[in-house]
Amino acid sequence: MPVNPDLVGRTFPPTAPYLVGREKVREFARAVFATSPLNSEPEAARAAGYPDVVAPPTFPVVVQEATLQQLLAEPDAGIDFTRVVHGDQRFTYTRPVVAGDELTATLSVTSVKTLGGNAMVTSESEIVDADGRHVVTAISTLVVRADD
Amino acid sequence: MTDLTALTVGDVVAERTVHLTRDSLVRYAGASGDFNPIHYRDDVAASVGLPGVLAHGMLTMGFAVQPVVDWLGTDGVIADYQVRFTRPVVVDPADGADVTVIAKVGAVDDEGARVDLTVTFDGATVLGKAQVRVRAA
Repeated sequence: MPVNPDLVGRTFPPTAPYLVGREKVREFARAVFATSPLNSEPEAARAAGYPDVVAPPTFPVVVQEATLQQLLAEPDAGIDFTRVVHGDQRFTYTRPVVAGDELTATLSVTSVKTLGGNAMVTSESEIVDADGRHVVTAISTLVVRADD
Repeated sequence: MTDLTALTVGDVVAERTVHLTRDSLVRYAGASGDFNPIHYRDDVAASVGLPGVLAHGMLTMGFAVQPVVDWLGTDGVIADYQVRFTRPVVVDPADGADVTVIAKVGAVDDEGARVDLTVTFDGATVLGKAQVRVRAA
């Protein structure tokens, strides 16, 4: 089944709130070779004006992942996840994610293109905090490889 | 103190080589929740025609920006960060993989600067259009 071009413009329900924990931020920071004290020491983060430790720039991928699962599970999407590779990724920030944030993400499909049998599905996940204020938008293009 | 207004296009602001091992991939899998077995199982990687176990693209994106984070310190923030995944990083079970990041100023304007990342493994770039928009804090 090819990727459904009618996905464009479709918006999914907001994900369940994701509570950003301090130890999760530290774990993620270590995994991406982060060395800034802002990522691990609450005192350093507070001295810089943040309420708690600051997550590395790519941490929102953890929240985006829940939205991409919604997209892949959509019955009429036609996206065979075994053929999916990550084409590109972008984050546009209003502010960094910090421990204590309760984040909710809403995915919209912005484009479906076909190129040489491969389909490229671009989606935007808008991530907001508990007050509904924008934190970051995660934009991802999945490449669905053609059948062999 | 990092003064973003004093930058010149072409300035190299940071440089770092990261040594990835299979342990790094397992650690990232756990931290990110991405447990695709092509990132830790040779048999699965081979069965789908890959040259070996690959680093997660998001791991490469994640560490490639860290030299910029450290350079900015508390003087600036990242407004936007994008990459294209153009070539896989194959992580050898014994020798790992060395990935080098060079961060260079690509543009300067009133709001800040664009820092372009050149990320290479085994003599070839692995990310395309890897750009970080930074602005004063």
